[in-house]
Amino acid sequence: MDQPGITNYIPILIIFALAVVFATAMIAMSRFMGRNRPTREKLAPYECGVEPVGTARERQSVKFYLVAILFLLFDVEVVFLLPWAVVFRKVLTSPEYQHLKFVFYGGMMVFLFLLVVGLIYEWRKGILDWNR
Amino acid sequence: MEKALFIIIAVIAVAAALNVLIQRNPLYSALSLIGTMAALSVLYVMLRAQFIAAVQIVVYAGAILVLFIFVIMLLNAPKQQLQIDKQKGLRYLAIPLAGLLLAEAFYVVWRVQDIAMPVVKEGEEAVGTTWSVGVALFTHYLLPFQVAGVLLLMALIGAVVLARREGDK
Amino acid sequence: MTTDQLLEWTIKIGVIFFILLTTVAYLSYVERRVAGWIQLRVGPNRVGPFGLLQPLADGLKFIFKEDIIPREASKWLYLIAPAAAIIPALMSFIVIPFGSSVTLFGREITLHVTRFDVALLYILGVGSVGVYGVMLAGWSSNNKYSLLGGLRSSAQMISYELSLGASIVGVLLVAGSLDLVTIVEAQGATSGYWLGFIPKWNIFLQPIGFIIFFLSAMAETNRVPFDLPEAEAELVAGYFTEYSSMKFAMFFMSEYFHLITVTSMATTLYFGGWNGPFIAEYPFLSLVYFVLKVFIFIFIFMWIRFTMPRFRYDQLMALGWKVLLPASILNLIVTATVILFVN
Repeated sequence: MDQPGITNYIPILIIFALAVVFATAMIAMSRFMGRNRPTREKLAPYECGVEPVGTARERQSVKFYLVAILFLLFDVEVVFLLPWAVVFRKVLTSPEYQHLKFVFYGGMMVFLFLLVVGLIYEWRKGILDWNR
Repeated sequence: MEKALFIIIAVIAVAAALNVLIQRNPLYSALSLIGTMAALSVLYVMLRAQFIAAVQIVVYAGAILVLFIFVIMLLNAPKQQLQIDKQKGLRYLAIPLAGLLLAEAFYVVWRVQDIAMPVVKEGEEAVGTTWSVGVALFTHYLLPFQVAGVLLLMALIGAVVLARREGDK
Repeated sequence: MTTDQLLEWTIKIGVIFFILLTTVAYLSYVERRVAGWIQLRVGPNRVGPFGLLQPLADGLKFIFKEDIIPREASKWLYLIAPAAAIIPALMSFIVIPFGSSVTLFGREITLHVTRFDVALLYILGVGSVGVYGVMLAGWSSNNKYSLLGGLRSSAQMISYELSLGASIVGVLLVAGSLDLVTIVEAQGATSGYWLGFIPKWNIFLQPIGFIIFFLSAMAETNRVPFDLPEAEAELVAGYFTEYSSMKFAMFFMSEYFHLITVTSMATTLYFGGWNGPFIAEYPFLSLVYFVLKVFIFIFIFMWIRFTMPRFRYDQLMALGWKVLLPASILNLIVTATVILFVN
């Protein structure tokens, strides 16, 4: 592993392994240490003590889908913002990139303008109103 | 050490990807895909593409698959298997296409036998870091970056148009 | 990579893991005591002196409670869901700097497990994966309350993740790095002071960004006034209605882990992390400062929880999409423009 710092990612694997072991142990513990006397009523879906009506597997509002897809699109935009934000200040100060100063600023402003246009469009179409 | 890790992760990635195809319940398929994405992310780190690795988790595992699972949860139809019209013709088309894909894969493996890892000495700006991605985005790839912005805007509008079809104002 | 280093990582992770578990157990106690104090009641005070052994009693009770898997549930997903909630919740701590560095057993030990180029993005990524636990729990229980709670909760979490991410961009513009250690060091005494005494913490440069971050973080942790997913009055307990025993405890714990994560992030990103007076002379103080700052934030979170009423769901979504998201975009346009003219 020649590049400095790349080995620093290894602790992620360690903590992941530890977390998996911990979670499995907890689930197993509750499975085997607790008492276990199931009855028909106990295993029924909880509906405030009343006999369950119908099933929970029903279609849900399309609004949740819209939230998810808007989230996906804006999330991609935020991901584009991150590397720009990291380099921006260094670009402004280092002489090597002086001539690109306004490319870095203007380029992102155009991108942000598109993002804001999208947001305004959603707003005007009433997508952001939950009680539509 | 690195090779052993690569083999383990690669096996996980392929196994999870196969599981996506084998599972009949779409929810299990989507969950399996998360495993593939996580494994791919590890592979990206091993290729020194740290930023891409993190984005892989944030965008694919954290957003795209959330959308998939949302759709599966909202439709809520795992018991009644989705009725797929069997189109016999497509089946025969699949065989040559699969062959083509395999040939392409073998060609790539044959051509690219030794990838030289970018060797970076201490103090140099490394490849694959946030810094290098950020600079590349605004120098070499400025136009694609802006096109991506337009594309995202189009997708935003498209999503609204699709979801508003029935009976809305 | 040497065996030494591997050992160091493992020991650090083990220690942090142990401390976190203890902290989470005691946070549940502290939360109830704070609630009692705010609402003019006593709170748990029977088990041990001042009720200090309450978390232990709770833990034992959790273990020996009956573990119920509802008849209608999708069994495997139902079992996996609590693990899917707690594993990501545990993973973000390895990049958070708890202190500068101390000398222990004759060797220099840095008070963070690891640091890498994309640490902040890693926390965001792990946090966004945490939503699966909620979604799976809601869906697999096959209960109407759970499903609605899970849907509401995940929609809320992803909505506020956007403003959380966008508010952080403001800090990145100032700090110029995703590495948390670098961000903390940039706010330290070596960077000097404004007017001779004000430390260079990011909060003074990004006050609006911090407010957006704070509100989004509160919504991300599903706490009052953003606790719609478990609005007791309407959804029983939201996505973990059907969970009992240790599996219930796991959801409970992962919420507290998230609480510690976001308060640590607030401290690290905006309040100078472990920086404070005299850390050059006494490095151990850095750890004290960090813990102190985090606990002040946790207390504020609890204070808000027991003083605020709950939002309505449409208000919640409107706040996220119509106030916080545009505000964070505006904040970062202003920040970038100021930086352009200052430099």
